[in-house]
Amino acid sequence: MDLKTMTYIVVGLTFALYLGIAFWARAGSTKEFYVAGGGVHPVANGMATAADWMSAASFISMAGLIAFMGYGGSVFLMGWTGGYVILAMLLAPYLRKYGKFTVPEFIGDRFYSRGARVVAVICLIICSVTYVIGQMKGVGVAFSRFLEVSYELGLLVGMVIVFFYAVLGGMKGITYTQIAQYCVLIFAYTIPAMFISLNLTGNPIPQLGLGSTMVGSETYLLDRLDQVVTELGFAEYTTSVRLNMTNMFAYTLSLMIGTAGLPHVIIRFFTVPKVKDARTSAGWALIFIAILYTTAPAVAGMARLNLMNTIEPTQGEHLVYEERPQWFKNWEKTGLLKFEDKNGDGRIQYTSSKDTNEMVKVDNDIMVLANPEIAQLPNWVIALVAAGGLAAALSTAAGLLLAISSAISHDLLKGVIAPNISEKQELRASRIAMAVAIAGAGYLGYNPPDFAAGTVALAFGLAASSIFPALMMGIFSKRVNKEGAVAGMIAGITVTLLYVFQHKGIMFIADTAFLGDMSANWFMGIEPNAFGAVGAVVNFAVAFAVSRVTAEPPQEVQDLVEHIRVPTGVEGAQDH
Amino acid sequence: MAFQSESDAKAYWKENLGLMVKLMVVWFVVSFGCGILFVDALNTIQLGGYKLGFWFAQQGSIYVFVVLTFYYAKKMGDLDRKYGVDDE
Repeated sequence: MDLKTMTYIVVGLTFALYLGIAFWARAGSTKEFYVAGGGVHPVANGMATAADWMSAASFISMAGLIAFMGYGGSVFLMGWTGGYVILAMLLAPYLRKYGKFTVPEFIGDRFYSRGARVVAVICLIICSVTYVIGQMKGVGVAFSRFLEVSYELGLLVGMVIVFFYAVLGGMKGITYTQIAQYCVLIFAYTIPAMFISLNLTGNPIPQLGLGSTMVGSETYLLDRLDQVVTELGFAEYTTSVRLNMTNMFAYTLSLMIGTAGLPHVIIRFFTVPKVKDARTSAGWALIFIAILYTTAPAVAGMARLNLMNTIEPTQGEHLVYEERPQWFKNWEKTGLLKFEDKNGDGRIQYTSSKDTNEMVKVDNDIMVLANPEIAQLPNWVIALVAAGGLAAALSTAAGLLLAISSAISHDLLKGVIAPNISEKQELRASRIAMAVAIAGAGYLGYNPPDFAAGTVALAFGLAASSIFPALMMGIFSKRVNKEGAVAGMIAGITVTLLYVFQHKGIMFIADTAFLGDMSANWFMGIEPNAFGAVGAVVNFAVAFAVSRVTAEPPQEVQDLVEHIRVPTGVEGAQDH
Repeated sequence: MAFQSESDAKAYWKENLGLMVKLMVVWFVVSFGCGILFVDALNTIQLGGYKLGFWFAQQGSIYVFVVLTFYYAKKMGDLDRKYGVDDE
């Protein structure tokens, strides 16, 4: 069977499964819509959280980034997993005890201020919208490459599927679909990795394969990789630092606290029955995530080695362009891979030098998607990778859309604008908000704004510098008051945004960058993407300083803090 | 509140914070410590084909994170029972 038919069958089957679940898990109340009724088993919730968390970026882009960054890529691995430790210990159990529906709701109650709630809603919407654009693009790209339909049609199909289960089922539909999507994506990721590891090292477990010797040789795979890349003038794979150590430190920290502050991840912990379940559920989520995140470095290293070996099978003997393999031609068509015969010898030279390098474009995203083809794996494996990429993008998009729609219907509409609407009206409003959010995300997917590429960094920066500190202070300090929290959030966001904008341009329009994107001007050598950690420090400092000179919070707020610190007497996530 | 006394509530929170601090130190040491700050020193040691610092940054820290979260959940369960605030 040819690859295209196979891909249609595999992707079609997974989509049928998601739709089946959507009909089975319809939501009948706001409680089901916002938090799946609050009765999801911690293991199931862990799996859904993992799918929610692992986006098109984790599935498609991350291994590619690591493949070209080597050791420097570790910031993503540690940053995007270490955040769950913070979440499990410092946030999830307390927020679950609090027992409400949304993150802004907690911030609004704890800091007894509608203003704080609105600021939190704005941060949430900016974070989530920027993030969702990336997912929509991922859906479009996966469709257009694997099913050979246009980007626009692919995007539309993706939107219709998400529309069905997110609007019908809310959090309940999303949770159960995400469990199915996790299974699809994890198989799609690990099976090719196992094949490739087996081919290269004889060990089918990628995590061990990366530390093993090559088949038929005494050389370790990583040593071989270091040797191959340094011979061509690239930095040594296992030691190449991302800019400098301060930057790696700040980048890792930003991603960790950004992860812990992302609202679509936090609300997943409102769906379990008890405080104790919130603690274990974070552990399960981390296990399910770790399976992919410990496989990714192996995929990265092995893909880089395979790519190098394809282009230069033995040292000094380069691949003849006319004899390039089929996958090379396929990816050239998408524009993600480009060759330019600079010295006119008809062979491909791939080096670190700008003047002699003829692989003028090798997009990061190719590495995972083309990996099975480069390693000459069977067609069904390649089809599975397509289904996995789609599952990763759809599950994250749905989680983000739920966070956006509940912020609008629950925090803005019910919380601020029209507090007297009935549950039925609120449920209808949240469905409409969801539908509008999907349409909006789709529109932005069709017309991605120029700044789309820089926006994931912005999402993490905002979550790290605004939401995370506000939640931490809300739980661990009784003294931080409304004035402190609002001033802190605004200061944190402002510092982070200013830093990103002054180097990357206002709303990422390059001409408006008033300091230029050059490392000489970076504060302590920290790149803009890593600045969320500094923003968070500013937020904490301002909040404590302002709180000291203003009145302490009222007694009932201090009692609320006492209340969430004790696990007993938890109620289901409640209406008011 | 289900605590027997005010001092029980204080003691529970103190033990909770103590456990948290201990585990956050481990969290910091395996990731920022072994994976970033001391990576060069650890890279002189080999773990199979891995340089040890590189292994911590791309594998080891993640394994430790998983163990930490489950250990915390278990210890907190014990603490809840000790103070009679487990939610059964």
